[in-house]
Amino acid sequence: MQMPEPDQGVIAAKSDIVEALRAIVPGEGVIVEEQELRAYESDGLTAYRQLPLIVVLPETTAQVSEILRCCQARGVKVVPRGAGTSLSGGALPLADGIILGLAKFNRVLEIDFDNRCAVVQPGVTNLAITTAVADQGFYYAPDPSSQIACTIGGNVAENSGGVHCLKYGLTTNNLLGLEMVLMDGTVLRLGGKHLDAAGYDLLGIMTGSEGLLGVVTEVTVRLLKKPETARALLLGFPTNEQAGDAVATIIAAGIIPGGMEMMDGPAINAAEDFVQAGYPRDVEALLIVELDGPQAEVDYLIGEVSKIAEAKGAVTSRISETEEERLIFWAGRKAAFPAVGRISPDYYCMDGTIPRARLPQVLKRMRELSEHYGLRVANVFHAGDGNLHPLILYDANKPGELEKAEDFGADILRLCVEVGGVLTGEHGVGVEKRDLMGTMFSEADLKQQQRVKCAFDPEALLNPGKVFPQLHRCAELGRMHISGGKLPFPDLPRF
Amino acid sequence: MASDKATVFAPENSEQVVEAVAWAAAEGAPLEILGRGSKRAFGRPLQAAHSLDLSRLDGITLYEPEELVLSARAGTPLAVIEAALDEKRQMLAFEPMDLGPLLGGPPAMASIGGVLACNLSGPRRIKAGAARDHFLGVAAASGRGELFKSGGRVVKNVTGYDLCKLLCGSYGTLAVMTDVTMKVLPRSQKTYTVLVLGLDDATAAQAMSRALGSPHEVSGAAHLPAAQAAKSAVSYVAGAGASVTALRLEGPGPSVEYRCAALRRELSDLGATEELHSQNSLTLWRELRDAQAFAGDHNTAVWRISVAPTAGPGVVAAIGAGEAFYDWGGGLIWLSLPLNGEGDAGAAAVRAAVAAVGGHATLIRAPLELRAAAPVFQPQDAAMAALTQRVKDGFDPKRILNPGRMYAGL
Ligand SMILES: Cc1cc2nc3c(=O)[nH]c(=O)nc-3n(C[C@H](O)[C@H](O)[C@H](O)COP(=O)(O)OP(=O)(O)OC[C@H]3O[C@@H](n4cnc5c(N)ncnc54)[C@H](O)[C@@H]3O)c2cc1C
Repeated sequence: MQMPEPDQGVIAAKSDIVEALRAIVPGEGVIVEEQELRAYESDGLTAYRQLPLIVVLPETTAQVSEILRCCQARGVKVVPRGAGTSLSGGALPLADGIILGLAKFNRVLEIDFDNRCAVVQPGVTNLAITTAVADQGFYYAPDPSSQIACTIGGNVAENSGGVHCLKYGLTTNNLLGLEMVLMDGTVLRLGGKHLDAAGYDLLGIMTGSEGLLGVVTEVTVRLLKKPETARALLLGFPTNEQAGDAVATIIAAGIIPGGMEMMDGPAINAAEDFVQAGYPRDVEALLIVELDGPQAEVDYLIGEVSKIAEAKGAVTSRISETEEERLIFWAGRKAAFPAVGRISPDYYCMDGTIPRARLPQVLKRMRELSEHYGLRVANVFHAGDGNLHPLILYDANKPGELEKAEDFGADILRLCVEVGGVLTGEHGVGVEKRDLMGTMFSEADLKQQQRVKCAFDPEALLNPGKVFPQLHRCAELGRMHISGGKLPFPDLPRF
Repeated sequence: MASDKATVFAPENSEQVVEAVAWAAAEGAPLEILGRGSKRAFGRPLQAAHSLDLSRLDGITLYEPEELVLSARAGTPLAVIEAALDEKRQMLAFEPMDLGPLLGGPPAMASIGGVLACNLSGPRRIKAGAARDHFLGVAAASGRGELFKSGGRVVKNVTGYDLCKLLCGSYGTLAVMTDVTMKVLPRSQKTYTVLVLGLDDATAAQAMSRALGSPHEVSGAAHLPAAQAAKSAVSYVAGAGASVTALRLEGPGPSVEYRCAALRRELSDLGATEELHSQNSLTLWRELRDAQAFAGDHNTAVWRISVAPTAGPGVVAAIGAGEAFYDWGGGLIWLSLPLNGEGDAGAAAVRAAVAAVGGHATLIRAPLELRAAAPVFQPQDAAMAALTQRVKDGFDPKRILNPGRMYAGL
C-alpha cells in the first residue's frame, strides 16, 4: 500500500511540534512514547500498521481548533480517530502525521425528548446514546455490530449502518446537526435541532467523508421511540435462488422488514458450531426476517412473510414466540464474525453492495473464485439492502496468503461493481479500497470529489492517503482548460 | 454565435448539456438552469441572458420495483414518475411538494431534477426523510463543463463523497443534473388521520410532540389554526369551527386501525378527537404538503421556516403578524405576511425570531423586487459564506450556473 511520501522535515521537527501541542493540551494529552503510540498503530484493518509521529487527545473544541491551526501552519498531517474500529484503514496513522484522538469527548451533552434528539460529543459510543435514552423508551437507530466500541464521530465519518438500515436508514439519515473544525481551525455549526440545514447540504457531504474534510466535535442525532414489539422468522431455503426470490417477493409485497439478514452454508455451520442457535445445517441459505412496530402490524406481517416463504420453498420456517426466542434467532448471526474466526486463523471482511436480484449470480461466481484462489469464503449478507459481507478465510502466517486473500477480495468488489453495485456499503474506502476507486469512478468523477476536498482542506493535510488513489494539488484541480469562443454543439437544439 | 443574443438551449442528451455549459463557461455567459420552469419565481432573481431548458431530458430509464429503485432523466415530469410508481403501488416517500400553485402557476408541472435541486419534501419528511435521503445517484455537468457521476443505484453506499447530498438543495448553482436515481418505497395500504380539535398553538405543539414520541409511527403531524382549517376542502376540517391538529397514520389496515384507536385514547385528555379515513386523509395531507391555504391569495409574502418542533409556536408569536400553520410536528412553519409596502416582506421580524431559537427561514413567495432586495435564503455567517463560496469554486468557478439564485455572488 503506497502512502504519501513522509515529510522528513516534519519528522525532524518532532520535538518542536510536541512542544507546540503541549502548549495547547497540557499533561497526559500529548503522547510520544513508542510503547504508548503502539496502541494507535492500526485500526480494525489490522493488516496495516504504522506508528504515528505523535498522538494528541484534546478535550475541548477550542483545543481541536488550535491543534489544527498549529498543524496547518507547520504542514503537519492529521489523522482523526474515534475508537479505531474502522475496517478500511480510515484511522491508519501516518509516519509524519499526528493522530487526533477524540476519546476524551465522551459526554452526552443534552437529551431533548420533546424534540426527539440528543446532542453528544463525538467520542460517545454508538450504544451509549441508546443507553442514555432507553429509560424513556427511545433509541438511536443505526446500530453497527461494533456499537459497543465505535464512536458516533467515527459513525459520522464512515456513514455507518447496521442491520436495521433498510427501514431506519444509515447515519446520514439520522443526523440533525454537527459542530466541526476545519483544518485551518475554523469552527462551524451545521444544522441543529431543526430539519434540513440551510444552504448547501454540508452535513450530508461531511457524513461519510472519512475524516478528510473536517474534525467532528459535536453531533446532534435524531432519536426514535422504540417499536412496540419485534418478532423474527428463521427461514431455511434449499438454494440461494429461492432465498433471493423470497427477499424480492417480500419487498414487492410492500413489506419493509426492520431487518432481513441472509447467511450461506459455511456461515450457518460456523455460527451453529459456535452458539448452537438451532440453525438448520442442511440448507444453502438462511434468512432472518425481523418485523418491528405496533403489535397488530407485526402479527399481521409475520403471517404475510410466512406465506411468502412457504410459497418460495422454505424448508425451515420458525417464528419467534418470545423475546428470548427472537434473540436466539439473532445469536448466530450476531456471532458470525467470531464464529468464522474460530474456524480460521484469520479472516478478511469485505463490504460490497449489489442490486439484490444479482445475489445468486454473485454467490455462484464467488464460489468459483474461492476455488480459484484456494481460500474458503463464508457469506453474511444484509439481504434487505444488498450489502454483502463475504468473509475470506486465510492464514496470515502462511507466506503469500494475505496477498491472495486481498486479491480475492478485490475480485469480489470488482464483481459487485460489474453487476451494478458499489465497492463499499458501510465500511468506507479508507486505504483498503482506495486503489479500486477507478473501477467505479472515472478520473473526472474523482477529480470532482477532490475539488470538494479542496474547499475544506486546500493543503490536503487532513487524513491524506485515504479514499483517493491519487491526490492532485488543488491548484491543478482548479485549472480550467477553456477553448475560448468555441461554438456550441452544432446540433444542439436552441430557440 | 453572439453571446448578447438571448438563447434557450434545449439539449437532448448529456453531451449536449456539457457542450452548452462549456460554451457558457468559455464565454463567461451565465445560464439560467430550468427543469420545466415551474419554480422560476422562487429564489433570488438572476441575471442570465441565456437559459438551459432540460425538458427534453425526458423519461424513466430504469424502474425495478422489487429493488426499490428508479432512475430518470432530470427533466422528466414528476407527475410521470409518480404515475409509474403508483401503478406498482409505490411512491417517493419524501412526498415532494408541488410549489406550482403557491407560486401562482399551474399544478403538476415540476420536473424531478427541479424537485431534487430544491430538496423539496412534504409532511412525511419527519418519518421518511427529505428528498436528499432518497437520492441515490446522479450524473451531472459541472460549471466547468465536465460530466461527472456520484453515488449509484443501491441504498447502502459509502464509496466516495456523497455528492448527491451536495447537489440536492443547491438550486442548480453547482451542476446541471442530467440523470438521477432514487430510492422508492411501497405505498401504504391505508391512511388514517387523527384530528384533535380546538388546541391553541402551544398545546398543539405538545400534542404533536407526544404523538411523535409514541410508538405509533406517526407519519405526519400538522396544526392548522382555525382560520387555516376553515380553508380546507375536507368538510370535517373546514367545519370544525376550531383549530385542527392532524396526525397521520399509514400502514397495513389492521395496524392503522389499531394505532388510530390507541392514539385517540392517548390524546383524549386534550380535547375532542375525530378520525379521517382514506380519501379525506389524502386530500388533507395534499393541502398541507402544498401549503394550499396560502395558494389562493397572491397579495402576501410566504415564508417557510424550519426550527426545533417545540420552538414553532414561540417563533410565530414573536413575529406577531400574518397567518401561520405548522407541519413537521411544529418545526415547519408556513407563514403568510401581508405585503404592506414596508419593503422587506417581514424579513427583519422573521430573521430575528428564527435567530433567537436556531433554524432557517426561506422567503418562498414574494414579488421580484423584494426577492432582489432582501435575502431569500437564510443569511450565512462569514465562515459559512466563505466555505460555501469555495464549494461553489470547485464546481462552477466562473459562476455561470444560476448565479445569485441562492446568495449574491454565488
Ligand atoms: C467487529 C466489527 C464490526 C463492525 N460492524 C459494522 C457494521 O455493522 N456496520 C458498519 O457500518 N460498520 C461496522 N464496523 C466498522 C466500524 O465500526 C465503523 O466504521 C465505525 O463507525 C468506526 O468508528 P470508530 O469510532 O471506531 O472510528 P475510527 O475507526 O477511529 O475512525 C474511522 C474513520 O473516521 C474518522 N474519524 C473518527 N472520528 C472522527 C471525528 N470525530 N471527526 C472526523 N473524523 C473522524 C477517522 O479518521 C477514520 O477515517 C465494524 C467494525 C468491527 C471491528
